[in-house]
Amino acid sequence: MSQFALEISDLKKTYDSDVVALKGINLSVKEGDFLALLGPNGAGKSSTIGIIASLVTKTAGKVKIFDIDTDKNFPEAKRMLGVVSQEINFNNFEKVMDIVTTQAGFYGIPLKDAKLKTEITLKRLGLWDKRNEQARTLSGGFKRRLMIAKALIHEPKLLILDEPTAGVDIELRREMWDFLKEINANGTTIILTTHYLEEAEQLCKNIAIIDHGELIESTSMKDLLSRLDVQSFLLDIEKSLEEPPSISDYDITLEDSTTLNVAIKKDQSMNHLFDQLSNQGIKVSSMRNESNRLEEMFIEMVQKNLP
Amino acid sequence: MKRRNEILVSLITLIRKEIKRYLRIWVQTLVPPAVTMSLYFVIFGSLIGPRIGTMDGLDYIQFMIPGLIMMSVITNSYANVVSSFYSVKFQKSIEELLISPMPNWAILLGFVMGGVSRGVIIGCIVFCVSLFFYPSFTIVNPLLTLTVLFLTTILFSLMGFINAIFADSFDDISIIPTFVLTPLIYLGGVFYSINILPDIWRNISMANPMLYVVNTFREGMLGVSDVSIPFALSMIVFFIILLGSLCLYLLHKGTGIRQ
Repeated sequence: MSQFALEISDLKKTYDSDVVALKGINLSVKEGDFLALLGPNGAGKSSTIGIIASLVTKTAGKVKIFDIDTDKNFPEAKRMLGVVSQEINFNNFEKVMDIVTTQAGFYGIPLKDAKLKTEITLKRLGLWDKRNEQARTLSGGFKRRLMIAKALIHEPKLLILDEPTAGVDIELRREMWDFLKEINANGTTIILTTHYLEEAEQLCKNIAIIDHGELIESTSMKDLLSRLDVQSFLLDIEKSLEEPPSISDYDITLEDSTTLNVAIKKDQSMNHLFDQLSNQGIKVSSMRNESNRLEEMFIEMVQKNLP
Repeated sequence: MKRRNEILVSLITLIRKEIKRYLRIWVQTLVPPAVTMSLYFVIFGSLIGPRIGTMDGLDYIQFMIPGLIMMSVITNSYANVVSSFYSVKFQKSIEELLISPMPNWAILLGFVMGGVSRGVIIGCIVFCVSLFFYPSFTIVNPLLTLTVLFLTTILFSLMGFINAIFADSFDDISIIPTFVLTPLIYLGGVFYSINILPDIWRNISMANPMLYVVNTFREGMLGVSDVSIPFALSMIVFFIILLGSLCLYLLHKGTGIRQ
């Protein structure tokens, strides 16, 4: 068995409208990985996922799922794959239980086993109490959970989630994060696309960035973040100031009278900054990033790639 | 063997889902043909029929029964598949099938079997309704009757499937039933024998495929027909093979379902 859950080589897609969505992407995802597939709107993420899931027909290239060439044995490859689409894709008039049980049936799981698996999956995702409700009566968050339940019912080894937390409140989002971490820890390889970069930073080990149909980065999250030259921090101070303190080599501005905005270069020490502030009688009560680190890096990379 | 069993389970799942779908909305799917056909039997059979007299040597209401059953069977098997498949496209729940390992032929067969089962149930309902108006009705050739019934439901389910593949809106799924199927059925010998038509119209009628379906079914039920039965049966089978192959080709290409 290959050590790769997914191997994409020279993947190209041109739509009938002559829009070139993918210009030859190469990407490998190791078994057990939790990969963030990022990119601005229209970058080619959904086309890539669509091709892997057989919802989009590729123009050229190869896709292998756990070493199975999708051109040669797509049914076998599909058995390894679970996909949570961006848009709701179930019959809203069916009951939750029926939707998941039917999906299991499409994977060849006999009805008796399908019902048992559905019960386990729905309980795991907190949907068991809703099993007899029509899907249309569910809230947005529960519909998202139902999408995940459907994708997991055949216990795929590779799970692809296309913006699974879009429009989901923060509490539910964090619950979903815990759930995804858990299934990844249990061995499921996960590929996640999201516009919440904080989410990608929190969850993912590796990152791939697509822009204008090309893969512009594929590396570990740690490596990418380490390339950030300057990070901005907001420091809340106890006493108000009229002017920002002057500390050599540090670029400090006042956000308001009790908040300092400090730009820290890669080679600068936070300890040194705190010592200097302390020497000037300034006590810091709390600190936070001005913006998400990955977000800064992402914007930087995408802007560099502008045509 | 394992793969074969998995495909069988997935096929049964899809057929079960399709049957549950139209049974869940039975007021919209099973009741209307019974009501409409009752009205046909009352008006054309009991009220106007006696004034018409006989058709091909049979009571008019008796002559009409196979035609009306076929009319309901054709429209319902077609409507079932076209509306169901277009709905799954519209709701994007087609992705559930496309993402799964189900082969294209099993997807096609699942939808077609949904249409066949609804067509057969409707055929039985209309036949039962007809017995209220003509209790002494007996089927001359049950084997031919059932064969034509199944073949017809398969043929029109396949047509519905093709319509749904190309449909981009709900308007598109009603155009062909309204402007093509219904006129052809009405002019296809449901209410009359083409022997009563002038030569020119009789010859034109021979080009109507519905005429063959209706008359073969009438041959099975009553033993009378305006067309050659072996020719009609072979044409039905030929078109089933042709349309079935076309459906598989379209599914393979992803027409209307894959980008």
